[in-house]
Amino acid sequence: MQPSDDVLRDIHRRMVRIRIFEQEAGKLMEAGKIPGALHLYVGEEAVAAGVMVHLSDADQITSTHRGHGHLIAKGGEFHKMFAEIFGRVDGYCKGKGGSMHISDMQIGMLGANGIVGAGPPIAVGAAFTNKFKKSGNVAVSFFGDGASNEGSVHEAANMAALYKLPIVFICENNGYGEYTPQAHHQAIVDVADRARGYGMPGVVVDGMDAVAVYEAAGEAIKRARAGEGPTLLECKTYRFFDHVGVRGMGLSYRSDDELAKWQQRDPITLFEATLIEQNIVSAEEAKVVHDKVEAEVQAGIEFAEASPMPDPAALLDDVYK
Amino acid sequence: MAESKTQPEARELTYVAAINEAVRAVLTEQPDAFVAGEDVAGAGSVFGYYKGLLEEFGAERVIDTPISEEGIVGLGVGAAATGLRPIIDIMFMDFMGECMDEITNQMAKMRYMFGGTAYLPITVLTMSGAGISMAAQHSQSLEAWLCHLPGLKVVMPATPYDAKGLIISASRDDNPVFVVLNKMSLGMKGEVPEDSYTVPIGEASIVRPGENFTIVTYSRMVHESVKAAEALSSLGVETEVVDLRSLQPLDTNVVIESVKRTHRAMVVHEAVRFGGMGGEIAAQIQELAFDYLDAPVARVGAPFSPVPFSPQLEQSYIPNADKIVAEARTLLDV
Repeated sequence: MQPSDDVLRDIHRRMVRIRIFEQEAGKLMEAGKIPGALHLYVGEEAVAAGVMVHLSDADQITSTHRGHGHLIAKGGEFHKMFAEIFGRVDGYCKGKGGSMHISDMQIGMLGANGIVGAGPPIAVGAAFTNKFKKSGNVAVSFFGDGASNEGSVHEAANMAALYKLPIVFICENNGYGEYTPQAHHQAIVDVADRARGYGMPGVVVDGMDAVAVYEAAGEAIKRARAGEGPTLLECKTYRFFDHVGVRGMGLSYRSDDELAKWQQRDPITLFEATLIEQNIVSAEEAKVVHDKVEAEVQAGIEFAEASPMPDPAALLDDVYK
Repeated sequence: MAESKTQPEARELTYVAAINEAVRAVLTEQPDAFVAGEDVAGAGSVFGYYKGLLEEFGAERVIDTPISEEGIVGLGVGAAATGLRPIIDIMFMDFMGECMDEITNQMAKMRYMFGGTAYLPITVLTMSGAGISMAAQHSQSLEAWLCHLPGLKVVMPATPYDAKGLIISASRDDNPVFVVLNKMSLGMKGEVPEDSYTVPIGEASIVRPGENFTIVTYSRMVHESVKAAEALSSLGVETEVVDLRSLQPLDTNVVIESVKRTHRAMVVHEAVRFGGMGGEIAAQIQELAFDYLDAPVARVGAPFSPVPFSPQLEQSYIPNADKIVAEARTLLDV
């Protein structure tokens, strides 16, 4: 599935949107301007962008604690996202959810999730709805290498394969379950090896290569829409920031050399160089994309800072319908 | 009471038949409703609730699942969030340990966390109670776990009439509702109208009026409490028995009004006494009717022990009319 030039530009724009949003959010968190904690997606942009460019607003995704990138790539709006992570009333969740529960039901983003591995069973439910209603929509569930050891993920994968549901499981293998390296949390190297045990195809792809992700995700999504059942697509990637925030807790669980090696394969730098080399975008056009996103991010932050805190009288709203 | 009773003529059904009729009514009325759970389709459930529904509604709407409680509940959450109205079966409520994340952190909280942009019309049917030597992992009454979670509703019908009416109400509610059934009650008979009707969630019912003493109870203990009330009547105590029917939301008004008339109260449930609903209800009575009380609020529940297997041990574990009478006589000094 060869991407058109328009699709390549679209993927590029989505990746840049994630990168700049996350960098600014990280600065705000470390400056103490944001309550709570953020889990940032910098380094993994090729995965969200390469998958989401295949989806419409009617397709659903479930996300993770590291969910901003998924929402941005799915079409989330910066001003509502910033307002939410600032805890303001104009946020996506009216300030009730924050970073770990950010969601947009209008575009099928069924929530970031603070519980590792909780999303896949919910995505199975969304895929069940798609099959029940014969809507042709597909559900995509993102989870990490850490989550791949949760029972919920195995239960969801088995049920999806059993019912041949229109769903794709995307394992974002960034090499760490929080601070624990993959080799210390599972005896396998490729999470996709488990696909055979579930009765679905397992595919491993370079998660730093947006085109590779696009092509593999395209096949899996096409298969799901055609009623041929789920795929487990593992994207090998890396987070450039810490588990929480930018510098995180200062724990020495991975080496500077390792980080530097992965940063040489920065998905945006690599992709942009290719686009320029192939005359799909010029260096000037690429800069315009960055500048526009930068301005939109700043406008989003200003909107959020001007948005009121929720009224304490709203405390009990929306516990029940 | 605003119950939409449409058929006055008497017809007796068992509790299990009333459940079956309720689920059939829901599947008939609501094209987006489906049933999913372990052995619900081919076997019609191990308790027989769903017999005949697979044949009537087909395998797309009555669905056998793997033994994967977390997957099943997650399926319900995701399907409800995207527009369906699932009826999820958790065979024994003891199995909630396998799916408590999807219940606690997903189902109960999704609407609130998402700022009211999602709603989850899920009905969960599950089974509680001891009495048939199913031992410690198939006999518990764990309703307090659920009532502690903002976002969930919890009902526990004592009669076939309430079982049918509460299941239909649950299915029409746009919130997650747990209908906690009782396995010892499956064979009990009672009047059940043939038509679809609702029993409102959040409304208690006074099943026996009395002016000297109030027993607040629910599920099968309603019947033990009524038996106890008859015995107490021969001792000159007229006992009012309040069947809560819903635990979340709790009909505090009916309880408080009763206590204000009778001045003495006891809470009876089959669940372990320590940390059970009785503590919450007793606290509310003391907060809202302290000046009306002539005695402390008493509680009857199971002892602080797993449910034992051997019939003799199990019988000494489960609260019953004799234990209620004995406790009441101490409290009331009769």
